[in-house]
Amino acid sequence: MQGAMWQAVRAARAGRSYGTRAAIPATLIMGDGIGPEISEAVMKIFSHAGANIDWEPVEVTAQPPDEGRLLPPAIYESFNRTKIGLKGPLGTPIGKGHMSLNLAIRKEFDLYANVRPAISLPGVETIPYRGVDVVVIRENTEGEYSGIEHQVVPGVAQSIKLITRKASLRIAKFAFDFALQNDRKTVTAVHKANVMKKSDGLFLECCDEVSACYPKGINFRKETIDNVCLWLTQSPEKLDLMVLPNLYGDIVSDLCSGLVGGLGLTPSGNFGDEAAMFEAVHGTAPDIAGQDKANPTALLLSGVMMLRHLGMTREGN
Amino acid sequence: GKRTRLEGKGERERMNGGLLRAVRLGSRTGVARATSQWGYRGLSVSAPRCDDVHRVTLMPGDGIGPEIVSSVMGVFQAAKVPVEWSIHRPADGESTFKMDDALMSIARNQVCLKGPLHTKIGKTGDLSRNHVIRRSLNMFANVVPIKSRKGIPSRYDNVDFVIIRENTEGEYSGYEQHVTPGVVQSFKTITEWASLRIANYAFEYAVRNNRKKVTAIHKANIQKISDGEFLKACRAVAEKFPQIEYNEMIVDNMCMQLIMNPHQFEILLTPNLYGSISTNCGISLVGGPGVVPSATFGTRGDAIFEPGGRHVGYDIAGRDLANPLGMLFASVEMLRHLKLDQKANLIENSIDAVLSTGSKKSLTCDLGGNAKTSDFTEALIRRISESL
Repeated sequence: MQGAMWQAVRAARAGRSYGTRAAIPATLIMGDGIGPEISEAVMKIFSHAGANIDWEPVEVTAQPPDEGRLLPPAIYESFNRTKIGLKGPLGTPIGKGHMSLNLAIRKEFDLYANVRPAISLPGVETIPYRGVDVVVIRENTEGEYSGIEHQVVPGVAQSIKLITRKASLRIAKFAFDFALQNDRKTVTAVHKANVMKKSDGLFLECCDEVSACYPKGINFRKETIDNVCLWLTQSPEKLDLMVLPNLYGDIVSDLCSGLVGGLGLTPSGNFGDEAAMFEAVHGTAPDIAGQDKANPTALLLSGVMMLRHLGMTREGN
Repeated sequence: GKRTRLEGKGERERMNGGLLRAVRLGSRTGVARATSQWGYRGLSVSAPRCDDVHRVTLMPGDGIGPEIVSSVMGVFQAAKVPVEWSIHRPADGESTFKMDDALMSIARNQVCLKGPLHTKIGKTGDLSRNHVIRRSLNMFANVVPIKSRKGIPSRYDNVDFVIIRENTEGEYSGYEQHVTPGVVQSFKTITEWASLRIANYAFEYAVRNNRKKVTAIHKANIQKISDGEFLKACRAVAEKFPQIEYNEMIVDNMCMQLIMNPHQFEILLTPNLYGSISTNCGISLVGGPGVVPSATFGTRGDAIFEPGGRHVGYDIAGRDLANPLGMLFASVEMLRHLKLDQKANLIENSIDAVLSTGSKKSLTCDLGGNAKTSDFTEALIRRISESL
């Protein structure tokens, strides 16, 4: 597998033929399970499409606790330099005691905005939903995923959800900027502030403040997570762009993936102020790994998002 | 001691005072003690009825609540259902007396039919009235049957599963604090005993209702300790019921699976927030929030019946547009709980008959028809009167 990986990288580098633009270096995390085969497919397709990317493959596995950091040094070295990455699926063990590697990457590089467009693909049957076109923007660094948990006494567990003004303002601004740049008409802030008055209340307050700074052409509204789930499953055309805290974003983005055909077809991008990592959000599918069965569409569409982000719109299209 | 303040007052006042104090303090054991010790049902505030009429607490609620509740009252009258309503309207932001009265009434009657109660959104404000009811009376199990029904248009057919949701803790614990300006913490609490309680309830429900599979919903890959506690309890109970298949599913995957393949589920066993999300996804699979009933059960055997969506519907309130089906089906469940099966079947069969006409006049606007709430209710009452 190691040899095949390097062969693919050399082939991709050799495929570089357009001299008009220097190759853009990008970190490539192939991932586990079906990750390597779909990454190979993407590299092949990109080189044939003339997308001039200089891939830097990095292997990411959980480091032992005494190393201090969960992620290997190679990823820091590469990504801090390239600032652009494409990532395959990384396995998250349940109950192993360390943070998910996907989560660790987002936290370490402060990739605070997760963008998941869910757009019905022509030719893909997703009866009974057609013509779905929503974008989910999810705050990626705090909320319920702060990782702060403890056993108060045996039998009583507490998990802390952290909402900060800084992160909420940041994600709200990102969402409105995205709406402006991508011609989105309505931004919906999703919350559960009737129950979690202070935390989701703070999130809503920040969204309110940011919405006041943007032109009236972008409608802003606030809806509970219950209503949003209801609308998405009943009439997804009611929604356009949604901005959500971490957990609700995770749930709603997967719900939207279901509307358009599943995780195998949805792209995803994680954006920070300086860097961006695009990833396939499906699992590692170890049961079909190595059998030439995996669907590379999700990783490919994420790669297309990456090309558009880099300004390589022609190749992306 | 406790008695001294109430000395000189009558038996009724002493007893009511004890229960009232327990309810105000949110003391579950206090409520249980007060109502069991004094043989409460026999010493109710109003004179006990000796003619097999069931006294039921009725809370019309906010928004569309009063309209759909009056629909039920009209239907019950037409069907000659032996139920006497004890109506309570505890408004948000008012003093606690009205809420205390409502809680005492539910504790006394042990059955309640409830419309949706609105909770204001704001950083400060009273605790949600729904939450006060559930915590005071320990209403721990919310059961929402998601079932496709003939005559109700929906995107999916033959969906049939039940969501059993833990209703007292989890994200709804209500503990939040400002750590520093601009940083807020919200505490999600999961306890072993509440998780064991709901898991036991779910598996026993499965056995009673001939269900073969229970799926526990969690996010233990991220919230390892809290949802881990929930899963530990579910697994422990699953071992005691080897005849029921048990599996686990992460909440985001569950949402996706509900859309892509809802027929794989039989019982979804969820903590509080994930239950709310799965309920809202589930109800739109079978017709929407106007159609699905729900029941919430407490440790003492109290039961609260309400529409499954718990949506207040301020946008359509007062315009005779609300769909009364959710409340009607909830009242049918209530009649079955009261062992009034004949009346329950009468009403349910009449509803099926009205829906099966297939005309737009028998569906409210949320289901694509043009019937008003009152039109549908009148059609149903006519049907019931013909059957009697």
